[in-house]
Amino acid sequence: MILRKEHRILVQGVTGKQGTFWTDAMIKYGAQVVGGVSPRKAGANHLGKPVYASAVDAAKAQHFDVALMFIPPIMAKAAAIDACEAGAELLICLTEHVPLHDALEMHAAAKASNTRIIGPNTAGLVTPGETFAGILPAFNATVFRPGNVGVISRSGSLGTLLSLILSQNGLGQSAFYGIGGDSIIGTTTREALEIMDRDVRTEAVVICGEIGGTAEEDAAEYAASMGKPVVAFVAGRASPPGKKMGHAGAIVSRGKGSYLSKRRALEAAGIDVADVPSDIPKLLPAYLKNAA
Amino acid sequence: MKFEENAAKALLQNLGLLVPEGAVVTSPSAAADAAAALGGRCMVKAQAPIGKRGRAGGIRPAESAEEARGAAEAILGMEINGYRIDRLLVEQQVPIAAELYAAVLSDAASCRPVVLFSTMGGVDVEETAAADPDAVRRILVDIRTGLTDTQASDALAGLDLCGQTREVIARFLVDLYDAYRALDADLLEINPLALTEDGQVIVLDCKYVLDDSSINRQAEIAAQGSSDSMTTLEAAAASMGIKYMALEGNVGVLANGAGLTMATMDAIAHFGGAPANFLEIGGEAYTKAETALSILLKNHDIRSLLISFCGAFARTDVMARGVVSAWKKFNPEIPVFFTVHGTGEKEAIELIRRELGRQPFDSMDDAVRAAVSAANGAAA
Repeated sequence: MILRKEHRILVQGVTGKQGTFWTDAMIKYGAQVVGGVSPRKAGANHLGKPVYASAVDAAKAQHFDVALMFIPPIMAKAAAIDACEAGAELLICLTEHVPLHDALEMHAAAKASNTRIIGPNTAGLVTPGETFAGILPAFNATVFRPGNVGVISRSGSLGTLLSLILSQNGLGQSAFYGIGGDSIIGTTTREALEIMDRDVRTEAVVICGEIGGTAEEDAAEYAASMGKPVVAFVAGRASPPGKKMGHAGAIVSRGKGSYLSKRRALEAAGIDVADVPSDIPKLLPAYLKNAA
Repeated sequence: MKFEENAAKALLQNLGLLVPEGAVVTSPSAAADAAAALGGRCMVKAQAPIGKRGRAGGIRPAESAEEARGAAEAILGMEINGYRIDRLLVEQQVPIAAELYAAVLSDAASCRPVVLFSTMGGVDVEETAAADPDAVRRILVDIRTGLTDTQASDALAGLDLCGQTREVIARFLVDLYDAYRALDADLLEINPLALTEDGQVIVLDCKYVLDDSSINRQAEIAAQGSSDSMTTLEAAAASMGIKYMALEGNVGVLANGAGLTMATMDAIAHFGGAPANFLEIGGEAYTKAETALSILLKNHDIRSLLISFCGAFARTDVMARGVVSAWKKFNPEIPVFFTVHGTGEKEAIELIRRELGRQPFDSMDDAVRAAVSAANGAAA
C-alpha cells in the first residue's frame, strides 16, 4: 500500500532519542501518529500521544494500520512479532543489523498475520505533501515535493539524493518507497513496483537499485509488463567484487548481483538505466514535468 | 564472517555431524606425524576461507607419512586467491561410494530458509541446476517449526537412492538444518558430502558463513572465524565502527549511507577519476565524521577530497561539524569539495562556508567534476 494521510501509525520505541526526534517531525508533517510503545513508560504521554507497554496493548485501546520500529537489533524480532500479533497491516522496520535468522522469523510471523513488512534496514516511506514514516527529510521541500513519480530505493541516502534531483528538475514524487538494504527484505523491488503500478497518482517509476542480490533482475520482467515508464539507476558500478559495500545486501558473490547483470536485465526489459543519478530526469518523459 | 574448513568442521562435529578424523598442522614434519597417526593414507588440505582450493593444487592425497610431508612442503607457502597458505588440515581418506551436495541458506523470494540437495557432489550446484533443474531439490522451511524427517525424505523422492540411504540422507538434512540454526549461519554448504561404502554420510568439505549481524550473540563461535584480510588502516577504521575500504584511485570519498557512497564512487569513475576509498558514515556512525576523516587523510595517495552528504537519518549539520573539527585539527593541504543536501543542510552549508570558507556545490556532478579535475591536475 501507499502510505496515506489517513493511515494511523504506532511508533515502537517512541521514547528513545531517535524515536522522539523523528516522531515529532512526522507529527509536524501531518502524519497521524496515534501512540507509541515503550514497555517501561507505559501509561505516560509522549509528544502528546499515549504510550503503551506493547503493540498488542495499544491495539486494545485504539486502531492503527502501521507500526514503525525504532528498536535496537537484538530486540527487533520481539517487537516485530508483537506488531504482527497486534494486527498491523504494515510494519516498517528501520533497524539495521537485525540478525538474519531473527529477520526470517519476523517474516514468518508477518506471513501468518498478513502483515506487509518494509525492511529491515529501510529509511521508511514518504508520500510528499501528505505523510511520512521513517527517518527521511520529508519536511525538506527542496528534496521531497508532491508529484507523479514513484521512487523505489534500497538505500535511504541515495533515494534521498534521487528525490532531490527529481525536485530540482521540476519533478515531484507520488510516493517514496525505501525497501531496505538487507539481503532478505519483506517487500522487494518487484513488489514495490506492483504497488506503484496500482497507484493512480504514480505515472512513472524510478528504481534506485544497487549491486548484490537479484532484486533488479527480478523486477525487470514485471517492469516490462507495466504501462507506466520505468527508469533506473544502479549504484556500485565502481565497487570491487566480493566485498560487502556497507549494506548487508550489497555484495557481488558467485557471479551474481553484478552491475552488468542488473543493467543488462533492466535494459533487456526496455528500462533506461542512468550512468549517474543526475541523468534520471532526462530519461523520464517530458509530460511528467507539466503535470507536476 | 567466513570460516576455514577445519573450524567449520569442528563446529559441525560438536553438533553431531560426521566429519573425517584429522588435525591442523603448520609444518611438513607435523603433517607427516599427523598422517602417521591416521595410518599414513590421508588428504592434505590447504586451509583458507575460500573454495576451489583443489583446482589450485591446494588439496592432495597422500598414501604415506612421507608423501604427506611432500604434499605439505608443496602446499605450505602457496598463494591461493590472495591467501598465503600457512595451515593444513591432514585428514583421513574416506571410502567414497558417491559424492553428494547439501546446503542451507536463505531464500530472498520467500524470506525462508531453503535446504538444497543434489546427488551430484563436487561440482558447482548452479551448474547442476542449470543442466537439470530437477537434480537440485529445494526444501523451503517454515522457520517456526523447523525441518522434519518426513519433509526431508519427501523432497528426495525420485532421486536414485535406495530406501535406507534416503532415510540416512533425510536425517542428515535435518541435522544440517538444525546446525544452520544453531550457528546463525548465512550459508552452510557441504560439497562434497560423502556417501560411504557402508552407508554413512560424512562431511568432506564445507563452507560456513556466519551472519555478520549475529556475531555479537555468537561471540564464542565468531572467535573461531577468519577475520577479513584488512589493511592496517581498514582494521583501525573497523575498530572504530567505520566501514573503510582502500581502493586504487586518488579521489578521497567521504559520504553517508552505503548507497550514496557507492553512487558517489560511480560518479567519480564516470567523470574520469578514480575513487581512493569506500568510506561511509551512515546509520549510527554519522556522528563519527571527524574520526572517519582522520583515517581517510592517512592515505597519502589522495590528491583531492570529495565530501558528499545527503542526509536522511544522518544529520548533515552533525557530520559537517565533524569535518570542520577534523579540518582544523589536521589542517590538510589537499583540495576539498562539498555537496550537501537533506536533513540539517542549512546549518551544515552555513558552517562549511563560515569555518572553512568553502561553498558546497548545489549539484553532486559539479562537486565530482571539480574533485576529479583537481586530482588529475595534481597527478599530472
